[in-house]
Amino acid sequence: MSGWTVARLVARTKESDTARTLHLQVPGWPGHLAGQHIDVRLTADDGYQAVRSYSLSAPADGDQVAISVQPAPYGEVSPYLVEEFPEGADIEVRGPLGGWFVWRPDRTEPVLLVAGGSGVAPLVAMLRARLALPDGPAFRLVYSLRRPQERWFGDSLDALDGRSDVAVDYAYTREAAPGATRPVGRVRQEDLLIDGFTPAQRPLCFVCGPTAFVEHCADILVALGHRPDRVRTERFG
Amino acid sequence: MPVQDGNALAGPLSEVFAVEVTSAWRLCPGCGTDSTVGALRVYTMGTAAVARCPHCGEIAFRLARHAETLWLDFGGGGALRIPVTG
Repeated sequence: MSGWTVARLVARTKESDTARTLHLQVPGWPGHLAGQHIDVRLTADDGYQAVRSYSLSAPADGDQVAISVQPAPYGEVSPYLVEEFPEGADIEVRGPLGGWFVWRPDRTEPVLLVAGGSGVAPLVAMLRARLALPDGPAFRLVYSLRRPQERWFGDSLDALDGRSDVAVDYAYTREAAPGATRPVGRVRQEDLLIDGFTPAQRPLCFVCGPTAFVEHCADILVALGHRPDRVRTERFG
Repeated sequence: MPVQDGNALAGPLSEVFAVEVTSAWRLCPGCGTDSTVGALRVYTMGTAAVARCPHCGEIAFRLARHAETLWLDFGGGGALRIPVTG
């Protein structure tokens, strides 16, 4: 699907104080794989166009898809999508896009997801695709974020409490949640050395976040012994 | 300069290729690294982007948009290996 098509904003839900998930209805949506993204195009009255890529943060629900957006300071697209773009209005989208940074539900190896901030969006899409299966491989999400209030997808992640096959660990970098035992700070080697997800178990690793975060975590994973071609990355730039 | 992955070019490349080309493999003529287009390093400046080998940095291709024109320059950027069915 290469052309632009018109999508309608049907709902906007809150992920944090500042971030929102936009639920878009896209007539004729062909379905997508977890990890894929869409391009969104805005056209100003004078014809100026801006295109941005956003990861799909949930499996498709018929012709509805979801993107989750953190408004960038002084951004020309994201603050508009989060704060102004009205429900019921139309926007141009293109997708689903990408075939490398994806998780296919027929894969059987364990999956290690490493998220930095809003990089959690495509990884939660993978986690949700796994949860839609009655049975499947072990999943672990390591979610690095500054402080607990900035967490996205809280309800979905809290619903994992008590499960061992699909679980989430938090790596807070500035301020930890009450009761957390991990010292605050950036992701360290011990955060990514997890029983069931060591190089010997040959997990698929997906890392998504800001460029410096992705390079830091991918370097740790390769140093631990994961094969570079099993460490798939998506950098925000 | 900010760097992204080849994944980020899936949209613009979909205007050119009939297949999903970020899943295609590229054998780097510079260093022999086999990587997917989605795993290339992408450097974007304005409406142009350069995709480079993630290992040695050799240019794989350049993509630029000027008004109604899309430029895709493979230079000596090696071959793409594209899985097809049938």
